[in-house]
Parts: sequence; structure tokens; C-alpha cells
Amino acid sequence: MPPTATPEFPSAEHHHHDHDDNPVELNQPETWHDPKRYAWLLGLIIPCAPFIAWALVELTGLGFFWYGGPLIVFVAFPIFDQLIGTDSENPPDSVLAWLEADKYYRYVVFAYIPLQYAGLVFACWQWAYGGLSGLESLGLALTMGTVSGIAINTAHELGHKREQSEKWLSKVALAQTFYGHFFIEHNRGHHVRVSTPEDPASSRFGENFYEFWPRTVWGSLKSAIEIENKRLARTGDGFWTWKNDLLQAWAMSVVLYVGLTAIFGWVVLPYLIIQGIMGFSLLEVVNYLEHYGLLRDTKDDGRYERCQPSHSWNSNQIASNVFLYHLQRHSDHHAHPTRRYQALRNFEEAPDLPSGYATMIVTALFPPVWRRVMDKRVLAHYDGDISRANILPRKRDRILKRYGGDKGGQSSGGQPSGGPQQPATAGV
Amino acid sequence: MAKFECPECGYIYDEADGNPREGFPAGTKWADVPDDWNCPDCGVRDKIDFQQVGG
Repeated sequence: MPPTATPEFPSAEHHHHDHDDNPVELNQPETWHDPKRYAWLLGLIIPCAPFIAWALVELTGLGFFWYGGPLIVFVAFPIFDQLIGTDSENPPDSVLAWLEADKYYRYVVFAYIPLQYAGLVFACWQWAYGGLSGLESLGLALTMGTVSGIAINTAHELGHKREQSEKWLSKVALAQTFYGHFFIEHNRGHHVRVSTPEDPASSRFGENFYEFWPRTVWGSLKSAIEIENKRLARTGDGFWTWKNDLLQAWAMSVVLYVGLTAIFGWVVLPYLIIQGIMGFSLLEVVNYLEHYGLLRDTKDDGRYERCQPSHSWNSNQIASNVFLYHLQRHSDHHAHPTRRYQALRNFEEAPDLPSGYATMIVTALFPPVWRRVMDKRVLAHYDGDISRANILPRKRDRILKRYGGDKGGQSSGGQPSGGPQQPATAGV
Repeated sequence: MAKFECPECGYIYDEADGNPREGFPAGTKWADVPDDWNCPDCGVRDKIDFQQVGG
């Protein structure tokens, strides 16, 4: 049977179980091979970036190569996106359970973390004793920022899993950016409220990245504290306990920063801070492009419709997909958050970005270019009715006027026939 | 003691075990779990989406 190009999106009736209840083919299927199996190892180029940068500096004598991390992510990968092209193949449904159970894939993810911290110690040694100029040290800090930022993607993959060991590794990967609150807010906040105005990590139509950045950084922190506070109020422990996942995760960061400063001296502290800010900003720019302008409808009972494929921007560019563990198959990720990266699928009906995440990250940094590329796509996605998008409140009137949605006052009239984003079934 | 399953990820809330980490000690009735509580594993289904399983 050929692989199905468009998997059925789960409806209320469709029960999906990742771990049990699925006796089909737990042994390797004979007719299907995972074409990306070994490609996932290429993602480990990122945590090797400081070593690659050092080698290039040594070989060429050019200090410029200390900026190797940003060069890889912002220059090389966008080029690879264009050169290598796309892949929309899905594994057949019958092999998903086997594919998820194969431990090889998780070891590839685990391997990021020792490389990440080996690189950080190496960078501290360079800052302290390497004889680098200020600009070279800054370049190395930005290189470390790309490593720590993409470590948040590693932490993201791990933090969604049920196994406590993987949740713990997620906190370890986040320590370098002081972003330990991410795995709480992301799983219990962002996934619940995605593509609604209540979600700090979903960007709005008309909102540029520099406006989104403070809203998501502050809003996500606040949300994480609220979520954890609520849980610890129920357990009766209160916020100030070591059972608090936030305090545990931040304590790891404090130990890391204090430890490295104690060993290598004050000189490394400013660079550690720069790489941390760079790292979480890289995560936030990815957040920015994942749900730009997309909005879930409100159902009759007042709840938002379930997150559908139409509520995330996807991309099948191979280069970006390999180095971000299929993060771009974002619709399937939101449908099945615990599903492992190697088993995520492409949905034909989900909206696509014009290029891979690496390219779009760079685009997002230039708001006029971003809006030129993306606004028409949001408009087309809503069949020309912009009133159905998640619009920046400050610009709402202006945007409705500009795109002819000023009739959006009565929303019943704004429902075009054949719109793609109606839920298949209302939740029962 | 009843059991309730998340229709997305298969997480099971068993009243006999509760979920102490989430603040529901063993023996906490499903009715005493707040309505706005969502699945602790996948996060994308709410209490009201859960379905009773087993006896």
C-alpha cells in the first residue's frame, strides 16, 4: 500500500494512542525505509558550531569566522532550503508506532545536550584565555546563542514527552538560556491557547517581530508562573517549594552561570548573558512565524474550536526540517503534541510558508519584507476576509478598512462558503 | 473507582491513583477535578473531553 499523502486529521471520534492500543507492526516493516533516518544526525552540526568556527578561524586566520553560528543559521541554511528543496512524504500510518518506538531517534536528540555544554565550556575558555578581540568574542557569543536557541528546540522535543527522564533533560537543555519556564508555558499554556488572542506566543496580523518580542517574552514568563502557581496551590505546597519546576529549572541556570563565572572569571559573564538573550530571541522569532495571523473560531458553547491544521504555518523544506526535528510539520505537532518528531506528518490542507523556517526567521527580522510576503498569504488563507484573522488590536480598524473587511462588524455575514477551516465535528 | 481517558494521547486518570503531582491525591473523584483542568501529558484536551473507560 503506498504511503498516504494526506493523513486524516483526527476528529472527535478518531482515537489516537501513541503508546498502546496499537498492535500493528512493532517490528521493522520490510517495505518501508525512513529516508531521513541518518539525515537527523546533521542537526548535530549546530551544537558543534563553536568548534567549527574555531577550526575555520585556525585554518583561514580570519576572526570573522567566530560568527560561524549565525552564518550557518542565517546564511547557509536559507541557501540549503532553496537548493535542497522540499519533501512532503509521510510515513504510512501502519509504521508510525514502530517508528516512534525506535530508540535511535531519541538518542540523536539526547546527543545535542553534551555537545551543547562541551561547546559552552570551550567558548568560556576562549573568552577567558583565547586572546580574542572584543568583536571576535561577540561573534563567539552570537554563535553560542544559536546553539542555545536551537537547544530550546531540542528541549521542546523532549519536554512534550511523558517520560520523566526526557522532561529532566529538557530542563537541562534550557538552562543555558535561563528559559526553564518554557516547557511549562509551552505545554500547558501555548498548546491550550494557540492561535487565539489570549496566547502570548501566537503572533498577530500586523504585529512586527520587535513588537511581538516583549509581549511573548514577558507574557510567557507570567503565564508559566500562573500555571505553576495554580498547580502548587492544588497540591498545597505553595509557590516556594523545591517541587516547583520553575525554581528547579532556574536553579540549574544559576548554578551554570555562577559556576562558569567562578571558573573562568568575570570576563565570561557578559558573553553568557548575550548568548542567553540571543538564544531565547531565536526561539521567539520561530514562535513569531509559526502562527502569524491565524485564529481559531469560537464555537457556540463559547469554547474555541479545537486546533486544526489550518492554525499553524508549515513548511516542507528539507534543510530546515532536518535541523529543527520536523518542527515545521507544525500542524501535526499541535494535533498530537506527544508524537515524536520522526513520525510527524505533512498535511496537504495546512497553510504553507513560502520557504523554510531558516529563511523565514531572516525575513521576520525585516518587518516590511515580512508583511509583504506574509500578509497576502493570511488574506488568501481566509478567502479575502481578514476579519477572520488574529489581528493586532491597535491596528484592527486600519487593517479592516484597508482589506475591505469593514463589514466585519456583523461576523455572521463574514462567513464565506467553502472556507477551509471549519472543524470537522463540534466536540461532543 | 472509575477511570477516564484522554481521547488524544491515551493518558488515563484513575480515581484510585489520582494524580498527586497535579494536586489530586489518590482517591480524588473525577467530579472533584476542576472543569478547566486539561490533560497533563498532551495539554490539548480538557477534562470535559475525557471519556470513561473500563468498569
